[in-house]
Amino acid sequence: MSLKPVGIGLMQGLFVVFKHATRKRITEQYPEERLTVSRRTRAQELVWDPGLCTGCATCVKACPQGNLKVTTSVGPNNNYIVEKFENDEGRCIFCGLCVEACPYEALFFGRRYERSQYSRGELIADKDEMSGDDKERSAYFRPDLYDDLPEQTLLIYRKHKKII
Amino acid sequence: MITTPQEIITRMPASVWQPFDDPLDSGWAVDNFWAHWGLFSVGIIGFVLLVVMGFIWFERRFISPMQLRIGPNRCGPFGLLQPVADAVKVMLKEDIVPNLADKVVHFIAPIAIFVPVLLMFAVIPVHEGVGLIPDLNVGILFVIAVGSIETIAVFMAGWGSNNKYSILGAMRSVAMMVSYEMPMAFAVVAVVLVTGTLSLQGIVQAQTIPFALLLPMAFILYFIGALAELQRTPFDLLEAESEIIAGYHIEYSGMKFAMFYLGEYGGAIIQSALITTLFLAGWKGPFLPPFLWFMIKLFAVFGMIVWIRATWPRVRIDQLMSFAWKYMLPLSIVNLLIVALEVIWFEGDAVTWWLVPINIVICGALLTGWATFFKLRGGPQVES
Ligand code: SF4
Ligand code: SF4
Repeated sequence: MSLKPVGIGLMQGLFVVFKHATRKRITEQYPEERLTVSRRTRAQELVWDPGLCTGCATCVKACPQGNLKVTTSVGPNNNYIVEKFENDEGRCIFCGLCVEACPYEALFFGRRYERSQYSRGELIADKDEMSGDDKERSAYFRPDLYDDLPEQTLLIYRKHKKII
Repeated sequence: MITTPQEIITRMPASVWQPFDDPLDSGWAVDNFWAHWGLFSVGIIGFVLLVVMGFIWFERRFISPMQLRIGPNRCGPFGLLQPVADAVKVMLKEDIVPNLADKVVHFIAPIAIFVPVLLMFAVIPVHEGVGLIPDLNVGILFVIAVGSIETIAVFMAGWGSNNKYSILGAMRSVAMMVSYEMPMAFAVVAVVLVTGTLSLQGIVQAQTIPFALLLPMAFILYFIGALAELQRTPFDLLEAESEIIAGYHIEYSGMKFAMFYLGEYGGAIIQSALITTLFLAGWKGPFLPPFLWFMIKLFAVFGMIVWIRATWPRVRIDQLMSFAWKYMLPLSIVNLLIVALEVIWFEGDAVTWWLVPINIVICGALLTGWATFFKLRGGPQVES
């Protein structure tokens, strides 16, 4: 019969946990740290280039949700002038078919992911909103944009990598 | 016609208000019985609610670095308003009563679980002579007696919900609380033997050495018992957030659930306060004002509980019961015997420094020795 040491393991456990408390915390996330999303992200908005768009409405035909709205009128050179270009982002499933269908590469996915709104009406993006300056274009189906975009960061920030 | 509170007191038989006599005489307390009573009642309710919020915040902020995360930090500076937000949220929730519940019992249980906590606070001294009845001559007996009401409240909650899982949880809770109350009571008796008084104020005054050093065995037993009484890790198998849902209060929602939450954290406060008072010399301490010392010790004890929660795994029900009946109870009785012998040896004046090393050695020897004999089950054991 040998004497059992009591609670040594438990005490060691306590000190291990205490040592952890002095380590750098690995969860410091969203509002302070923002992720850089994948370069080919299909994020929460569409970006439209009014200079390239011819108003052919191929994207409208491709959309399975039927939530793109394009209205055109005839311009001076017998071309289309896009009067209305709307995407209801509340109904969009971000399938990317419109982006793939556009023959003039005028439609892109955006890279922003903070697109929450207070009402459904605000989710409908019109012409100005879809072509705004603050939009970043994703390289989804636009491989020539790929190299200029920043590299994706993981959820756990790179500077903590050695811990993991 | 009785017109003034004074008249009520004078018409009462002396035995009714005798225990309340002392705070009236002591320096700080308000001179009028009803004013004193009103002030401290409101004070205690406010204090408990505030400290419950403080404890909730403290627990969540303190456990987060141990888990390498930040904890609540959105509401107010350092997330200080998070408990307020939680309280508002829980009050706005729908109050659901099961169709076949025993409505009356279901309704009373959350009250019955929180009221004893407030009652127990009546006898806790936060300063020399400051408290509702800090010098109640049966103080610690009162605490143990009132504390037992919580067991009934737990069973009422389980029974009143008319849910088999809640009654199972309640039965387990009751079994556990009853089992662990005994070693705790024996640990307290050891303290009472040394000090020769049941009054909590008297116990604090007698502590020229903190009893955590003088009676380490009683301290350890009481601390473990308090963990079990509070149903905190490692004895939280009845609640087991990560495995089962909630035990006896599974059918409660809204404000009633909030009462259970309050009762739980109120229990944590009262047990921390009791450990502070019985074993850590209460309000005593150098330099800082006494009330501050009391609060520091309160939070330190609770910090220890949270630290344990962050570390230790949960025990099984058979381990739990064996531990109470086969380890803690015999040890507490042996400890009581040893303390009694010491008190006889020193002719009643056992608060001396050179008993400290002796008692620590005895404590270590007892813990180790009894662990050698400790078996989980009866009968022949398979060597593992
Ligand atoms: S991404 Fe898909 S659903 Fe959204 S607009 Fe384009 S085609 Fe329609
Ligand atoms: S398919 Fe392209 S070019 Fe045609 S309307 Fe849509 S965005 Fe404009």
